[in-house]
Amino acid sequence: MTRRYPDERVSDFPKPPAEIVDHEDREIAIRVLDADEAEDLVGMYLEFNPEDRAQGIPPVEEPQIRDWVDSVCIENGHSVVAWYDEDIVGHAMLVDDDTGAAELAVFVLRDYQGARIGTALCETLLGHAQTLGLERIWLSVERWNEPAIRLYQNLGFQRTEQETLELEMTMRLEPE
Amino acid sequence: MKVLLGVSGSENASYAMEVTLERLVGSEDDLSVAVYASDAATDIDEVHQQAREFIEAHDVTADVRRIEGDPASSLSDLAEREYDHLVMPGGSKSPTGKIQLDKVHQFVLLNAQLPVTLVR
Repeated sequence: MTRRYPDERVSDFPKPPAEIVDHEDREIAIRVLDADEAEDLVGMYLEFNPEDRAQGIPPVEEPQIRDWVDSVCIENGHSVVAWYDEDIVGHAMLVDDDTGAAELAVFVLRDYQGARIGTALCETLLGHAQTLGLERIWLSVERWNEPAIRLYQNLGFQRTEQETLELEMTMRLEPE
Repeated sequence: MKVLLGVSGSENASYAMEVTLERLVGSEDDLSVAVYASDAATDIDEVHQQAREFIEAHDVTADVRRIEGDPASSLSDLAEREYDHLVMPGGSKSPTGKIQLDKVHQFVLLNAQLPVTLVR
């Protein structure tokens, strides 16, 4: 299956690190994830509500969480994370596929959802992707997840109209 | 019960075959394996061969059938006409680990008039 990407390129995303004050007046620091922060990322996913999973991720049990964080998020992925004090409360990553494109996934702890942290994470992740020279970005999202679909549309993702169970969206980035 | 396991060379096919065969041990169910090409890139001969090898390695009795024509509707039809239960691998994983179901899964889940189990 060949994925269709828009002809138009999207650009001008903010680069990490970034500081935002979210809609609950919390000071959130957004930074590229360091490999030695793996344990903090595991910590976030241990707190993550299984009801907020998307298409089977993140895993629910601790051994699977550790394995997924290590092999997918850290080894194969480029990640930015949102810190509130000493805890990671949100995570967005790009994972390379076999075609030179990257798949995007983003997760925010329930208590921190709806506060624009997801948007800030994705914007800085895409800014980081521009720096890395990544051009083709895709994602899949459940068709009933309207807030997520709106977030992705606002970033500049377009639906590919694939006849898949999940909605697929793609973006072509301008490298910077 | 007659169980049909549908496989098409995905990474999860071996796992699904393993689990299905294990569950059959000691039961009175009969197993058939249906091989199909889920997309143009799939080499159905290879899938057929893998299925045969797997069955031989596990020393069980199971026949292997080849699905021709449109895989989704042909697999569904075959399952409905001749079997009591359709089993399939539960999808492949995207780079981030998200489960992806192909068009055959979707068609089967929405249309097949018999119990369907996805193995994960």
